[in-house]
Amino acid sequence: MKRVATVSLAGCFGCHMSLLDIDERILELVKLVEFDRSPVNDLKKFKMRCDIGLVEGGCCNEENVHTLREFRKNCDVLVGVGQCAVMGGLPVMRNAIMHSSDPLRECLETAYFNSPYVYNPTNDIPNDPALPLILDKVYTCPEVVKMDYLIPGCPPSGDVLWQTLTALLNGKPSDLPGEIIRFD
Amino acid sequence: MNITTVVKQACSKFGNDRGRLIDILWEVQNNLGCIDEQAMNAIAAEVKVHRVEIEGVVSFYSFFSEKRKGKIIIRLCDDVIDINAGIEQVATVFSEELGIGIGQTSADGNFSLEYTACIGMSDQAPAALVNNVVITNITPASAKEITRTLKDTLDPSKLVTKVGDGNNAHTLVSAMVRNNIRKQGEVLLADGIPADAGLGNALKKTSPEVIQEIADSGLRGRGGAGFPTGEKFKLAQRTEADQRYVICNADEGEPGTFKDRVLLTERPSLIFEGMTIAAYAIGSTSGIMYLRAEYAYLRPFLESVLENRRQAGLLGKDICGKKGFCFDIRIQMGAGAYICGEESALISSCEGLRGEPKNRPPFPVERGYLSKPTIVNNVETFCCVARILDRGSNWFAGIGTKASRGTKLLSVCGDCARPGVYEVPYGLEVAELLDMVGAEDPAIVQVGGASGEMVGRSSFGRKICFSDVATGGAVMIFNSHRNVLAIVDHFLKFFADESCGYCTPCRVGIVFLRERMQKVMHGFAESADLDYLRDLSKTIMMTSRCGLGSSAPKAILNSMDQFPLVYSSHLREAKDGVQAGFNIQKALDESRRIAKRTSMIYDPVYGEKNE
Repeated sequence: MKRVATVSLAGCFGCHMSLLDIDERILELVKLVEFDRSPVNDLKKFKMRCDIGLVEGGCCNEENVHTLREFRKNCDVLVGVGQCAVMGGLPVMRNAIMHSSDPLRECLETAYFNSPYVYNPTNDIPNDPALPLILDKVYTCPEVVKMDYLIPGCPPSGDVLWQTLTALLNGKPSDLPGEIIRFD
Repeated sequence: MNITTVVKQACSKFGNDRGRLIDILWEVQNNLGCIDEQAMNAIAAEVKVHRVEIEGVVSFYSFFSEKRKGKIIIRLCDDVIDINAGIEQVATVFSEELGIGIGQTSADGNFSLEYTACIGMSDQAPAALVNNVVITNITPASAKEITRTLKDTLDPSKLVTKVGDGNNAHTLVSAMVRNNIRKQGEVLLADGIPADAGLGNALKKTSPEVIQEIADSGLRGRGGAGFPTGEKFKLAQRTEADQRYVICNADEGEPGTFKDRVLLTERPSLIFEGMTIAAYAIGSTSGIMYLRAEYAYLRPFLESVLENRRQAGLLGKDICGKKGFCFDIRIQMGAGAYICGEESALISSCEGLRGEPKNRPPFPVERGYLSKPTIVNNVETFCCVARILDRGSNWFAGIGTKASRGTKLLSVCGDCARPGVYEVPYGLEVAELLDMVGAEDPAIVQVGGASGEMVGRSSFGRKICFSDVATGGAVMIFNSHRNVLAIVDHFLKFFADESCGYCTPCRVGIVFLRERMQKVMHGFAESADLDYLRDLSKTIMMTSRCGLGSSAPKAILNSMDQFPLVYSSHLREAKDGVQAGFNIQKALDESRRIAKRTSMIYDPVYGEKNE
């Protein structure tokens, strides 16, 4: 039985939803794998070392970085799933604020004060001690740790994820055709 | 002055012709100090195009500005040679004395300070343009004096206290530029070249005979690509058309190249003679010299040379008494765009468009300027044409090597005792050249400018000619104290700045290359990053639309081949799968400042933090 862990960092959980799109094949999957840390079973910590880690989303705050490094430490094969993990996706758009003397503040002010539909009567930028600190910009997964495979798509379809998982579970990553792991 | 009047005057001066947009924009900017939205609207109304088209052109060229800049614009040359010569220290002094940063304009509206790409003065670096006045060999001390003079007089021409040699001392030039002609060959820089002897001989022949003479000489284009000149003339002449054009490419933008500047100063008549012969050969009545904006200080002088030639019957109607042979030349100013050195981009610019390369085929010899057959040749090529018609193809073909006939002007700069212009026969070894120029400790020789070839010590035996190390003329010498990675990074920055932005591989790819290169420089790269650099370089070279994209990654590939140890010494393999290039502490600094607290995960003590 192979162990699989999954996580959504700066993503929208769309890739996890897409994983559910494998439909009835999920019955086959649970015969092949046991889920370790994952939103699927709501486990927050690794129980033991895993064979495969699936990472959705890039890193926009310190907690994302910490989690991604944990995954790298605990998974033999680490797979970046979806556009956000691979290239930063939508969150990375804030990296485009670069001609500002204080880009991060400009980003926060746009988000919490200046956007047309913001309702913020106290005029505060959320700063609860429980909130992880936001990074100066959004980093993709391969910028933070070494990733073994990157599966692009927004989201990658259930079929693509199924094909990826079966190839890796069978120990035949060479079965991954170019059009799945490349996006150009 | 009223904007509408200025625009009306400028437009009517050029016949409200959209094709002369660059001239119109220069005229407007010279009068208004900028081309703002109101001016663009007015121009658009006059030449009857949409305002967006005007804005597209204005924003393309670095010498045009939508914002009002200072009355005096100081443009510091930031090519790699000038940086090595200390332009950054000079910039600091200017910045302190004027109280403005790079890219800013002083509050009183008198001064703007900015960096610009190579201005063709690398043999007298560090150099700068103050409006149209060239200032060479600047030191931090002289920078102080320069700002003082400028503040007192607001007149850049007061900065020229000592004029240079040769025609630099001519009243219409009076520039402090020095020619630094170090070696005169027999073709171009020899003393006592007979005036218009080539033209006289040409007019005794029929035009196919002239073309044959040029073809027999084996002359190939001197701009760098090396296309056989006779062949080009033949193709243009053969294409059916009611008009053909002769364009001289004096947009010498390749960093480290300045040999055309010397020809424009010392051999202007020879250039125009060559153009006239070309016009006779292909059957053209109209020629253009595309002069880069950085050389605007030469324009009054060149205009006077043209006027003298008209007076002498060497331009205009029935040239030299030859019935029916009419030809005249106008000077088209550029506006600060490296890409316009590429022939089809240059043609776009002459047509008043953004300086973007055109699709080929059709080639300019079939459909060029205004869709008519056009030959575009380098300044030096036209000089050679005139000399070949004077002395004959056999004489010319006897110089140089079998595949590369004649001599080549090399502009040598960097770490050597005698930077300047050398006219040498093709086939010279790099090592011989290094001896000639007094390079004591050469480690890297960049032949052909930023887009050229990097030659390391082990390859100094290679020959300068089309079949080995080809060059448009630039030779930059770096000694063993220079950092090869910094040089490559600088070239990438240059190309990223100068990419016209039309095609994605070049516009985006070069930025990605530079990002990864910086990772290597800072010691955060692993071997996979070098593979990435190689792969991406090949993709860019294969898929770019013009020569800029296909030569921009050359410095990376060359340096990887020539200096593999430098690269490998900078690599650091990732530990535990963590990327060394990512620094969490740095990534959190901004956030700590704004949130006024430390990190719960990455700081030893968590809590509020006030600075």
